[in-house]
Amino acid sequence: MTSKRLLGNAPLSDRFLSVVVYVFVIFVMIVTLYPFLNVLALSFNDSVDSVRGGITIFPRDLTLENYKVIFSFSGLITGFKISVFRTVAGTVLGLISASMLAFTLSRPDFQGRKFVSVFLALTMYVSGGLIPVYFLIRDLHMMGTFWVYILPGLVSAFNVFVIRSFMDGIPYALQESAKLDGANDFTIYWRLILPMSKPALATIALFLAVGQWNSWFDTYLYNGSAEALTTLQYELMKVLQSTTSGNNVDIHNSNMTQMMSTVSPESVKMAITIVVTVPILLVYPFLQRYFVKGMTLGAVKG
Amino acid sequence: MKAVTTSSAGVQQQTLGKKRERSFWRTALRNRYLYMMSLPFIIWVFVFSYYPLWGWTMAFQKFKPAKSFWEQDWVGFDQFKILFQDDTFYLVMRNTLAMSFMGIIAGFAVPIVFAVLLNEVKNMAFKRVAQTISYLPHFVSWVVVAGIVSKMLSTDHGTINEVLMWLGLIDQPIQFLAKPHYFWGIVTVSDVWKEMGWNTIIYLAAIAGISQEMYEAAKVDGANRIRQIWHITLPGIRSTIIILLIMSIGHLIQIGFEKQFLLGNNLVRDYSQVLDLYSLEYGLQMSRYSFGTAVNIFNSVVSIILLFAANGIFKKITKESIM
Repeated sequence: MTSKRLLGNAPLSDRFLSVVVYVFVIFVMIVTLYPFLNVLALSFNDSVDSVRGGITIFPRDLTLENYKVIFSFSGLITGFKISVFRTVAGTVLGLISASMLAFTLSRPDFQGRKFVSVFLALTMYVSGGLIPVYFLIRDLHMMGTFWVYILPGLVSAFNVFVIRSFMDGIPYALQESAKLDGANDFTIYWRLILPMSKPALATIALFLAVGQWNSWFDTYLYNGSAEALTTLQYELMKVLQSTTSGNNVDIHNSNMTQMMSTVSPESVKMAITIVVTVPILLVYPFLQRYFVKGMTLGAVKG
Repeated sequence: MKAVTTSSAGVQQQTLGKKRERSFWRTALRNRYLYMMSLPFIIWVFVFSYYPLWGWTMAFQKFKPAKSFWEQDWVGFDQFKILFQDDTFYLVMRNTLAMSFMGIIAGFAVPIVFAVLLNEVKNMAFKRVAQTISYLPHFVSWVVVAGIVSKMLSTDHGTINEVLMWLGLIDQPIQFLAKPHYFWGIVTVSDVWKEMGWNTIIYLAAIAGISQEMYEAAKVDGANRIRQIWHITLPGIRSTIIILLIMSIGHLIQIGFEKQFLLGNNLVRDYSQVLDLYSLEYGLQMSRYSFGTAVNIFNSVVSIILLFAANGIFKKITKESIM
């Protein structure tokens, strides 16, 4: 009753604000979603029919042909496998290394704590740059190997600090009582602290997985000619760049052009874009409450 | 004997030193697992983050990959002289700074407005859905975003052209991505589209930290919701905005290259070339390694100076340090 009266008596300006708010938020939702839905519709639409235009968010001439064509291309299958593999391996190894280092930094009795923190923090501001790193990778004989996807980005200072600030919040007394029971530091890390840090680990796992899944530049720079190590993003990049007018990249060999004779390059682009995007769509909404917390945590710490 | 000749104070000092030394090693022994768990990663950080700094020596040489370090020709600052005399360098700096400033202005204004308005949504389910949707573009790669942007802007039935024609604003489709003057704008808008939702997280957290009592008090004083936004919400997140703004100064010239690499083409080259692309193309792809490294050094040194400047400003304002 009272709430109804309150609403009824709400000043005109408040009702005006509500309208503006909902109009703006709905506008943002449409602007964000429409391009994805449009690409989705085009990927399921007959490629000859698509040229006529007028497709919005529903396919007009439904077909699976575009997907059949791209999945008959061996480069894409390899790319998919490598992308999945690097995502899994990169996430697991990245999580273990970041959390292990974070654990040692969260221990007040660790001698090296101060030094390692500064040593690590500096890497956020100073970097050798593209060319020195390129030569390092070359000198380590990592070019043309799978390791180039995993090793260079293994320890990220940001990830370590986010996990560390979460671990700082776990009462130290827990570790002390575990010690009295005869547990060593590794056991404490593995059996006690790691299970308790799940929210922070979920956030970092998402960041690592998305970063791995989305990267293409390392493939371009180090494994451009290693066909067995190609990634999905790199294959998509090649298709996109090969059809852009006067692009500034030389594409090594675009096998994709052969298969484009059956369906139009536009439809191929749309189908690959969907294949690349869907796995992310399936994961991130479920981790939302974790990463929102993780982001705020990381930002507070700088 | 030695022990007899030393003074008692010396003996005391010696044993104290020994004790400290012994306790250091004792602690180290107790810390052995912690050392084992951190040492591999410290070595890793040294190799992948610090060792490349040694590569900066390349910028002072006429670097030939086949020669060893001792056989290289040293040329002093010649590479930097070439860099600062290169007209392309100034073009690149102009593009980098222009896109950086446009990115900062739009990248701050839009998420702040969006966060404030989202905060006014009282229907929790609707708010959650809106947030989930707005985070989506953050998680897809720039490759995908570049593909989507070029699809939306394309001349054959691209959505933007269709809408503009339907509104009667243009008679025929515009080739947006082939027009140099549109490039900065396209990059900025794409960036806002991708990161707008994600960047609201921090502002929404700051808004959630504002005490509800202030709103109650304002209501009692008869302030409507617009006045509440103006007098409570915005001042409440002012310090967050200032911190983020100052921190972005440190990244003024480190704007990356992905957007420019993926959205750019030869037609818009004069407006799309940025610092990192410059070092990639003129350094790596043309095998002018020393020159490319000089560009990398310039980038790093300017960024560090900007970071210290930002930190100095920040200290003055808040008496705290972000570093």
